[in-house]
Amino acid sequence: MDILPILSTLRRHKLTAGLLVMQIALTCAIVCNAVFLIGQRLQRMDLPSGVAEHELLQIQVADVVKSGNPYARVQEDLALLRQVPGVQSVAFSNQVPFGGSSSNGNVLLDPNQPQRTLNATTYFGQNLVPTMGVQMVAGRDLQDDDFVDVDTALKGLKTGDTKSLPHVTLITRDMAERLWPGQNPLGRLIYLTPTVGLRVVGVMASLVRPNAYDANTAQYTMVIPLRMGADRGMSYVIRARPQDRASVLAAALAALRKADPQRIVTTQRSFDEVRRHFFRDDRAMAGILVGVIAALLVVTALGIVGLASFWVAQRRRTIGVRRALGATRSDVLHYFQTENFLLATIGIGLGMVLAYGINLFLMQHYELPRLPAIYFPVGAVALWLIGQVAVLGPALRAAAVPPVVATRAG
Amino acid sequence: MFQYYLDLAARSLRRNKALTALMVLAIALGIGASITTLTVLHVLSGDPLPGRSGVIYYPQIDPQDLRGMSPSKEPPSQLTLIDGMNLLHAARADRQALMKGGEVPIQPEQSALDPFYVDARYTTADFFAMFGTPFRFGHAWSAADDEAKARQVVISRDLDEKLFGGANSVGRTLRISGTAFQIVGVLDHWQPNPHFYDLNTGSYAAGEQVFLPLQTMIDLHLSRDGSNDCWGNGGGGTDTLLPADTCVWLQFWVQLDSPAKVEAYRQFLVHYSQEQKALGRFQRPPNVRLRSLMQWLDYNGVVPDDVRLQTWLAFGFLAVCLVNTVGLMLAKFMRRAGELGVRRALGASRRSLFAQLLVEAGVVGLVGGVGGAVLALGGLWLVRQRSSDYASLAHLDPSMLLTTFVLALGATLLAGLLPAWRACQVAPALQLKSH
Repeated sequence: MDILPILSTLRRHKLTAGLLVMQIALTCAIVCNAVFLIGQRLQRMDLPSGVAEHELLQIQVADVVKSGNPYARVQEDLALLRQVPGVQSVAFSNQVPFGGSSSNGNVLLDPNQPQRTLNATTYFGQNLVPTMGVQMVAGRDLQDDDFVDVDTALKGLKTGDTKSLPHVTLITRDMAERLWPGQNPLGRLIYLTPTVGLRVVGVMASLVRPNAYDANTAQYTMVIPLRMGADRGMSYVIRARPQDRASVLAAALAALRKADPQRIVTTQRSFDEVRRHFFRDDRAMAGILVGVIAALLVVTALGIVGLASFWVAQRRRTIGVRRALGATRSDVLHYFQTENFLLATIGIGLGMVLAYGINLFLMQHYELPRLPAIYFPVGAVALWLIGQVAVLGPALRAAAVPPVVATRAG
Repeated sequence: MFQYYLDLAARSLRRNKALTALMVLAIALGIGASITTLTVLHVLSGDPLPGRSGVIYYPQIDPQDLRGMSPSKEPPSQLTLIDGMNLLHAARADRQALMKGGEVPIQPEQSALDPFYVDARYTTADFFAMFGTPFRFGHAWSAADDEAKARQVVISRDLDEKLFGGANSVGRTLRISGTAFQIVGVLDHWQPNPHFYDLNTGSYAAGEQVFLPLQTMIDLHLSRDGSNDCWGNGGGGTDTLLPADTCVWLQFWVQLDSPAKVEAYRQFLVHYSQEQKALGRFQRPPNVRLRSLMQWLDYNGVVPDDVRLQTWLAFGFLAVCLVNTVGLMLAKFMRRAGELGVRRALGASRRSLFAQLLVEAGVVGLVGGVGGAVLALGGLWLVRQRSSDYASLAHLDPSMLLTTFVLALGATLLAGLLPAWRACQVAPALQLKSH
């Protein structure tokens, strides 16, 4: 198909053609960036937790009136939960992966250094590693004689009595690699305060922060041997086979209620729900972006249909003349298809530049990475396709114009 | 004349229904999306205390040790208990309140109701007068009650309705965490959005059901929620143990009625910091801030980034819809070159043709605006189905409804300018000849 006649026709319809190109360019630019944003969100929602998510349950209970020794209370509850049929393992933790609320500490390599090396989240609680299914890659797990009661430790911190403080910790591989690149972390000391030195005794493959908002620091995690008393903010973490979880949860709640009917269950959920809840805004945003892309493409397609119809109507006579002079129906059809392809291509070219500009703006204001080149063809292909689909109807109508039109006036 | 134009517009729009429908649809979609996101943005960045926010300030001082100090660093966003109490008792502002969030179990007297947990705010007497909380029954506790660690409580209207069927419960007893409290006041509906006074316990749609004296909380070891930052050998504390002296965990708000008082208070904070440094408590040079309520919200970036991003996205979408409308309108107007030529030949001026075409554009804009408003209502309904904490706040208010129509009409008239101008350029003779 010769494109020169098309170009010369378009030159006489600069304004309409320009508007169509502009619309395609804008749509292309927004679609490229929106698809990129969706990719970012999906990637974030896939953030690994390092725990056996499909096998875990979280329960939080709160006392109405504080009663007895909170440490003894936890041990009683743990014994009770272990008896529940289907329960494989139970732990009591101050926080859970993707749980949101978190305890964090500033890590120093030298007690006298002026600035922190990094900020890490701190998990406390017995039996965490086996229950959550965390993989150890080096060293050992925490042992019973490593553990200290939180209240004892806090008092020790206040009085400077370092004997009552924990002495060892587990850290993740990512954190070890950040602190001592390429070296063996086992046996090394890190400091949470100038007087609390913790020796690394084990390295975990992965354990995500409860507040994993930044993928770069999501794995800076420590497990510290502190025992907590019963408290509203703490969680019982139960491991069971995926298919048993519903029945285990019900039985565990019944057992806890039976032990103390006065207690209030404030949280009861599977870890799948924990993840879903944590990433709910990302999921919503991805949904909105998909909706916007769809709406944009529909509006642009309708615009192309409208303008192409107008052109066909306006050029009925010309088309008739061409048909009378020997052009076939498919020549006319191809004419309009090629015209649309040309306009779309110009629009896409401009759209790429615009997409890059929008990405620069987003990088400045919303801490987004640079738009990878792979996203540019996505917008291009989408608009070429939309353009061809939209123009098909009007082009077929043009092809149906009989040569006899040439002989009529008007 | 205007009526005549309206009539012409109606006829013209009816003549080519498909094209008209396309234009209206494009405008409606663009406006619907923009208004949905604008409404969310409008609700989230609103003033939580209209009329009062101008005199409410949030003081910050820097009690940390020298580790990690750099001159450009902001002071911590909360206070230690010692500094909080010092500033509260200094009473240099017109009003001041120190506070912390928490959650407490309520044990209803009626056996029909199981015990339940509610959000609590532990604060001091001025809280209510300073923030202008509306009282349905009773009143706040006094500063003397603060010092006396009084077992007194102010409850929300919701809790009053749940426990007492909405009756005046002032003077009655409420068991909180095993202790009997006397109800001294019942608030009317009060839920400032954003939840400015403590953004750590939820930025939006977070309201407390019980308010009781801070000193009482400390005395009874009631459980605390929210942020707690420590340095040095500071430990976070447990339910039975308060956070260490090197931990910041309290919010402190002041009311300053004039610019002179604001300046004086800033000076006071500097003096206080110097004095504490001389005493050896503070180690850093004075580093103080005194932000107004709205500045504080801005500084904390309380409006989620996603919401801003969605607004940009919606306006990008509106731009595409408008370009689309310009194109369609151009097609529509150019098609009527013959009719316009006749009118010109019969003596209509370019100006009156232009006016006629703009009226037609305006009609499209108005109808599109109605469609946009309906779509926005649907869009906001969808937003409310989401589980974000601000979702429940997304409602169209009269000002946003007006914005819808102004935006729709303005955008369509703007879109109509170019096509109308272009169509008015027709040479009357040429058009008559070819037809």
